[in-house]
Amino acid sequence: MQTIVASSRARDILLLALFSVVVLTAPLWATTIGAGYPDLLQKFAVFGLFAIGYNLLFGLTGYLSFGHAAFLGVGSYATVWSFKLLTMNVIPAVLLSVAISALFALVIGFLSLRRTGIYFSILTLAFAQMSYNLAYSVLTPITNGETGLRVLRNDPRVLDAALGVQVEGSPLADLFGITLTGYSGFYFCALLLILGFRVSLRIFRSPFGMKLVAIKSNQTRMEYTGFNPQPYLLSAFVISGMYAGLAGSLMAIVDPLAGAERMQWTASGEVVLMTILGGVGTLIGPVIGAATIKYFENIFSSFNDQVLQQAFDFLPDWLADFMVTIISPFVGDGWHLTLGALFMVIIIILPGGMMEGFRRIAALFGRKPVKEGQA
Amino acid sequence: MSDDDKKFGTLSRRGFLKASIATAAAAAAPTILIRNAHAFVNEPKGATVTLGFNVPQTGPYADEGADELRAFKLAVKHLNGEGNGGMLNTMKPLSLKGNGILGKKVVYVTGDTQTKSDAARASAKRMIEKDGALMISGGSSSGVAIAVQSLCQEAGVIFMAGLTHSNDTTGKDKRKHGFRHFFNAYMSGQALAPVLAEEYGTDRRAYHLTADYTWGWTQEESIKNATEALGWKTVATVRTPLGAGDFSQYITPVLNSGADVLILNHYGKDMVNSLIQAVQFGLRDKMVNGKKFEIMVPLFSRLMAQGAGDAIKGILGSTNWNWSLTDEGSQAFVKSFGAEYGFPPSQAAHTCYVQTLLYANACEMAGTFNPCGVIEALEGFKFDGMGNGPTEYRAADHQCFKNVLVVRGNQNPTSQFDLLEVVKEVPRSQVAYDPKIFGGELGSCNA
Repeated sequence: MQTIVASSRARDILLLALFSVVVLTAPLWATTIGAGYPDLLQKFAVFGLFAIGYNLLFGLTGYLSFGHAAFLGVGSYATVWSFKLLTMNVIPAVLLSVAISALFALVIGFLSLRRTGIYFSILTLAFAQMSYNLAYSVLTPITNGETGLRVLRNDPRVLDAALGVQVEGSPLADLFGITLTGYSGFYFCALLLILGFRVSLRIFRSPFGMKLVAIKSNQTRMEYTGFNPQPYLLSAFVISGMYAGLAGSLMAIVDPLAGAERMQWTASGEVVLMTILGGVGTLIGPVIGAATIKYFENIFSSFNDQVLQQAFDFLPDWLADFMVTIISPFVGDGWHLTLGALFMVIIIILPGGMMEGFRRIAALFGRKPVKEGQA
Repeated sequence: MSDDDKKFGTLSRRGFLKASIATAAAAAAPTILIRNAHAFVNEPKGATVTLGFNVPQTGPYADEGADELRAFKLAVKHLNGEGNGGMLNTMKPLSLKGNGILGKKVVYVTGDTQTKSDAARASAKRMIEKDGALMISGGSSSGVAIAVQSLCQEAGVIFMAGLTHSNDTTGKDKRKHGFRHFFNAYMSGQALAPVLAEEYGTDRRAYHLTADYTWGWTQEESIKNATEALGWKTVATVRTPLGAGDFSQYITPVLNSGADVLILNHYGKDMVNSLIQAVQFGLRDKMVNGKKFEIMVPLFSRLMAQGAGDAIKGILGSTNWNWSLTDEGSQAFVKSFGAEYGFPPSQAAHTCYVQTLLYANACEMAGTFNPCGVIEALEGFKFDGMGNGPTEYRAADHQCFKNVLVVRGNQNPTSQFDLLEVVKEVPRSQVAYDPKIFGGELGSCNA
């Protein structure tokens, strides 16, 4: 399914350009679906990046990691510590986060990749859950436990202090004077998302990516042809961990806080869902999946009876009440239910995720179907 | 890498930069203008004012969240002059007129905190950034309350905390924009101590099982200090992971430790599980050191008591409020709540209802929605007629001071809701403390 087609460069440029335009104009089009506010747009970008990175491991090699949230959490903690100890500038924070999560991924990957299949998944799950429990209680001096690690006004920040930078009010992340909150925070995340997408595109098209797919299709055959799969797997694991660390770092940049529940197994499960929902092994699928899940979590959960009543105001009273009764179990606190139902429908009807749906629609309208692994 | 590829790289990179800077500038320009045009965040311009109710609708505290949401809806009704008015009839002094807040109709938005700091902050941000909420309220855990409180400080809106019992919320993590009506672990300890001395004597050996996170620790510390001041000895303090489910391995060692009181610093499902198991293990039938073995749960709630069933009979604990209180305010609230939903409210519902009214009242008093004015009106505000007797919002740490209830699991409940009997209403003077003991700083108003 994920055969890498040597496609023309022109198509890739077009894809990248299109992706950039869609991402950068998100504040405009997202308003029409009620998602046009900075926090959710930031979440789209951050989790899009997380899912792209996850897809590099799961989509290409087929190794199902259930512990990627650990790298996300490590990235967040590293960023907040950089804010606390060094400077509110984001450059050192991002670099530090990516480096530390890479180191983490190297250790966990080295140990977990001894095994394949379900054993690999369980190992990663165990490591992630261990990190979560450590962060939640044992390592409280480093992580501030349940309350979460926050940036405080009286933190040392040695680089800022040396440069004589004063913080007024609550300290916020900045990029050489641009405060990264609200829309500027979104554009920062969006640029890194596009960069991450570009790198992912390169990996998909590279011989390295080809070897990863070879591992997925038949590891034994690959070994017979003289390749040792371990270094490739470990590289893929570390790269994907770095993406997660970067995503975690961005989360802490736009909202300077790091909490342990970011590392919980449900958070690891979420990125698996995002990738599968959007389309495993496709380039754009994970981003779409991430955006869909975050949209449900933030927008569907906010529809209460009052909102529904307003939505059905145009109907006669009895019909409006009826509609509200029918729909209310699926929105508000029932948003999990809707998401679950959607997930089931997608998996049963479209095993290739939403991307497969788009391809089928495209085919339906007589357009030449877009080649696999391209969109 | 071919030449072709290089060209692609440079071209696109430059293209991105140009495009993104242009887009960023275009999108940022209007937002900058809008921000300057505002006197403060989310100033209500139309005929309505929006409040944000951020409660756990899914996860371990969903029951509490559902009850909080019921209370919020009731409060909005009463503020808009619908229904029978509830505590608006009993609150003193009262500036509200039953026509919304400052003549604007109250509308609300809701969100799901999932009892996770990240989800709670995302949900609060949506309410502030998209829905234009002026005040955020709710929450069923201290970690979430502290996270959302600091967010509201940064965003420049008011946070009226829901159920949060940790000393930190108005201690080392207090914020100028955050207010807590609920009592805290320190007050629980101070309120329980005299009752414990009376019931169990001053020569006891206590064994603590503590939920292993911030709230558990502050409660353990507070209760330990209070009981040791009585002359009790602490045999051991054991940390249990949150959501452990099975506590048998923690309870067995208690029997051989020489302790004669077990203190469960647990909340929610943990408390339900640990208490039921402790009772099933027959701890309460034992005689140790010539005394009857006792179990104690410092923070009680009726919803938890419901979950624990018969196990709570005779167990001592403290609570912020109970629906069986007979003062005018509590009665009025229980009556409206019962008429609306058919059962009595929990302490979480009470605190959320009161917080909403207090916020609305402060806006009326200040004559503005500007958070700086509202904070000024709430600081040092003294009121009565909302349950718990005369109450004061202390200016130094934004903590409410009022009577604390010591309760006991009812031996002979008359209904499925009649689970806790009030042993003692400990006067406010006995639970008050110096705000300096917990450190932290409020910071300044951000508008």
